[in-house]
This record gives sequence, structure tokens and C-alpha cells, in this order.
Amino acid sequence: MRQDVRIVIIGGGPAGLAAAAAAAEQGVPVGDILIIERDDKLGGILNQCIHNGFGLHTFREELTGPEYAQRYIDLVEKDEIPYLLNTIVVDISKSKEAAPCGGHAGAAKNASRGYKTVTAMNSTDGMIQIRAEAVILAMGCRERPRGALNIPGYRPAGIYTAGTAQRFVNIEGRMPGREVVILGSGDIGLIMARRMTLEGAKVKVVAELMPYSGGLKRNIVQCLDDFGIPLKLSHTVVDIRGRDRVEGVTIAEVGPDRKPIPGTEEYYSCDTLLLSCGLIPENELSDGLGVGMNPVTNGPKVNESLETDVPGVFACGNVLHVHDLVDYVSEEATAAGACAARYVLEEETGAAGKQETGAADKPVTITATDGVRYTVPVSIHVDRMQETQRIRFRVGAVYRDAAIEVDFDGRPFRTWKKRIMAPGEMEQVILTKKDLAAAKGLRNITIRVVQGG
Amino acid sequence: MSEEKRNLTCIRCPMGCQITVTLESGEVRAVEGNSCPRGDEYARNEVTHPVRTVTSTVRVRKGSLPVVSVKTQTDIPKDRIFDVMRDINSVTVTAPVHIGDVLMENIAGTGVALVATRDVPAA
Repeated sequence: MRQDVRIVIIGGGPAGLAAAAAAAEQGVPVGDILIIERDDKLGGILNQCIHNGFGLHTFREELTGPEYAQRYIDLVEKDEIPYLLNTIVVDISKSKEAAPCGGHAGAAKNASRGYKTVTAMNSTDGMIQIRAEAVILAMGCRERPRGALNIPGYRPAGIYTAGTAQRFVNIEGRMPGREVVILGSGDIGLIMARRMTLEGAKVKVVAELMPYSGGLKRNIVQCLDDFGIPLKLSHTVVDIRGRDRVEGVTIAEVGPDRKPIPGTEEYYSCDTLLLSCGLIPENELSDGLGVGMNPVTNGPKVNESLETDVPGVFACGNVLHVHDLVDYVSEEATAAGACAARYVLEEETGAAGKQETGAADKPVTITATDGVRYTVPVSIHVDRMQETQRIRFRVGAVYRDAAIEVDFDGRPFRTWKKRIMAPGEMEQVILTKKDLAAAKGLRNITIRVVQGG
Repeated sequence: MSEEKRNLTCIRCPMGCQITVTLESGEVRAVEGNSCPRGDEYARNEVTHPVRTVTSTVRVRKGSLPVVSVKTQTDIPKDRIFDVMRDINSVTVTAPVHIGDVLMENIAGTGVALVATRDVPAA
């Protein structure tokens, strides 16, 4: 089966749905948009995030995950944007040949750009090849599995990632165990500590290797403190007991070198060990396409338009960098969808050549330094940026009463005071086109943490 | 008069504002550090009568899924969470269930309804 569309969106979770709705809103005919989702329902991982706290930024009301997802599913259904379920994309490749969308006035003029071929599989159509001018990467992320954590001991049943346990309890209605130890303080682990407690399990302890939590402070308050579940920072699992089923785990304190300190071992009997040790953007497809990656985020490097270094390939949501708030995912994905729409429509609307001119202009690069671990985006074409540009980033440690400083070519431009910053909470600064345009000849923007600001 | 300051992390949204509540003889005198009215409300409640929204799942008969996700329509007193859970686990509903359906009117005598947060079509 072959199909030609203008924009393919890979992933039908919050990022893909918002990107699709935005592309349609910008005037891309809905028949020229296609969402590909590997699960049997749109909405992605939100469907299993049954807790509340979603949507305050986007909808000004507090929603649960499935309710938030449904708002975007309704948008896509109302617009009649086509989607494929139970379909997995196995490859994306680019071609220098002319874009295939012959039916469109602008398509022929876009011919010089080439197109992307998306190869997908499902059990009714078999292999599907879809050719498109633009691709939006919205595949989300996955949890760091046990194999990547190097925990010693046997491999008994009863060890799950927190997200797997979440799916068991919230979608399939099964309890993974009764006595639980959680390694890692990521948000899903904290949420599952509460969820398992509500369902009658005894959550004995949450151990976190780092001296700070990987999750949001609010989740420590409402998921651990509310139920008297201890959080042990600078602790890790050093042994797992049980051959067929987990019988218990040994936890020890770690020093500044993150090595266990002898004599600090404590044994906890349990039948379940949940892992909440970080999320990794799911970028095998991006790698296969040859998209330039940021080694810090494990996501693509993107410019102000959320476009990767492969023209016409955009990225948004957790595949780009792991977010804490779905509201920010939606916002980012809306921008990516709009940018992809502009990419495929611009020659039709008479903006011909602008892309080429813009590409010829050297973009302003953004450097993350002094405690700022990365930025999204990593570069800005001033002529192509919107009136305001969000720069999102994370810091590498906990900072109190510090500030974020933005330098233009080495000269301080502006600082923002921050009472508290932590690696678990994404930060942002907003720059305006006016400011960047006024800084004539600007080459580099630096973002740093300034202590005692 | 004894003045007491309590530091809270707001849980009303993932921003997690750091809020300081000043209490005088048990009365709230000032709320600082919140960035929206919800934070003010949270802080006042938290130091006088803490409340929470409970989210869970309810068993579904003849559905495409064995459970449907649910929430208490509004907050319930924090010390009633486990009573609410007992009621949630005592009911079974029959598919189809629609998002927004009221599954129980007055859960655990709190006066708050239990509502479905997703669709579960019939199998």
C-alpha cells in the first residue's frame, strides 16, 4: 500500500494530536495530514495517567490524563484528521526526488526539497509506504529499564518499571504486588507510590540515588508525605533477593561518588520492585533518518521552528526532550504543527524563497553553560522567529536564590531571579524578536545560572 | 499572640509554588508565594482542613476494558481518602461508560460525586 500526504505525524499522544490540530488550523487540508499511532487508541500514555493536575495552563481547569487526552482527540475527530491505529512506523528515509504531492498547486514548486518516505506496518494493510513533504516526530519517550541500571542480584519476577505497573493497575485492573519498594523518584514512581497505597499495597520506601528528587516537589508532598512513605535520597538498591519472585531488596546509602557506603545496608522484604529512574526519548527512527541529536537530552537538535537539521522534519514533546507538564508538550507541539504547516504551505502563499533566504542567514546559536544543561531550541533564525521565542532548559543541580542570566555575544542581556531551581523542574526564558533584531550582528546567546543572584 | 509561619509546596498544579502561610492563634493572616488564586485557596485549606481529589478505577462489566478511570468531582477531606477508596472498590458498573458519567452520587457520605474520566465502550 502506498499513500502520499503532505504532513505525517508519528505518534498519536498529546504531542502528535496537538501538532495535527495546529497544522489543520494553519490551513493544511486535513486529507493531507496523517497521524500514525502504534497503540489501539489515540491519547498515548495520558490514558494511563488517571491522576489529576493536567490542563491548568491549557484549559484553565484541572483534568485527569484521560480527560486531557480526550480534549485533543475531540479536536482531531472534529476536524476529521485521518489517523492509523495499531500501526508502527519502522523507518523514515529522505529522498532527493521531487515531492510527490502532484495534486497541489504549490507542491510542484516545492519539488526541489525532496520528500520523506515513512514505512509503517500493521496487521490489516501489511507494509505501508507513505511519502510526505514534512514529518513531525512525536514518538514520546520510554522508561529506563532494569537492564540499563546494572542492579546486581537474580532476575526474579516482580520487577517492573513504574509505567508498566501504572498500565497494569489503571488500564488492566491488576495489582502487580502487595509490598513495594520503589527505586528512583521520578514522577511516575511517586504517582505509583500513592496509587498502590490507595489500592491497599504497602509502599515501604522510595530510594533515590541522587541527593535530590527526580520528580516534582508537589508529587513528593501529595504522593509520599500524605501517606507517610519515606523518601531516602542518596540511596540505591544493592541487592535483590528471591529466585522466582522478589522476596526483598537491600538498600544502601551512597557517597558523593554514588558508590554504596559499607555498613549502611538495610533490608526490606517486598514482593515488588518498581523502577522510576528516568525517561529516554524514543529516537530510533530519528537516528535512522540521520537527524542530529543532542547528547544531553537524547533528542534531536532543533531550531526556533522546532525543525531538526533535516529540512522538513520537526520534533515536539517527549521525543524532543522529556517534559514535566503535558501543557507544555501541547504548547510546543502546537508550535511544531504550525511550523510544519508553514513549511509545506509557504511557497503557495507567496512566501517563496523565504526559507532559502532564511537558510542562508546564519542562525544565532544558543549555548547552555554554568549549570544549564541544555536548551531547546539550540539556534534561532531571527528572520523566521515569532514575536516571542521560548527557550526551555533544565539545570543540573538544586539552586536556591540564584538567577538565570542570558548573555548576547558575551555581554549580559538580562537576568531572571529564581527562588528555587531543580533538575526535576523544566525552566524557561522568553526572548523577543525585537530584542534579537536590535542586537545587530548577534551570533551567540549564552544561558547560565548565576549564584546568589 | 503567637505567630506561626508554615512553608508549603502548592499541589494544585505542577508549578509547585513555594507558599508561606502566616498564622496567628490558628487564624490565617497572610499567604505569600502563590502565583494564582488556587494557591491561596490551597494554602488556606491546607493549614485548616486539608482536602484532596481522589482518582482511582472502578470495575466494569462487559466492557472493552476491565476498569474505568474515575475521580471525585471535587475535593474531599484528606482524612476521608481511604473511606472513599473503600466505596470506589465496592462498586461495579456495566459498559458502556462515558466520560463524565456520574457513577456514585455521594461517595462515603462526603456529598461529592464520583465521575468517570474516560469512555469504556461495551465489549
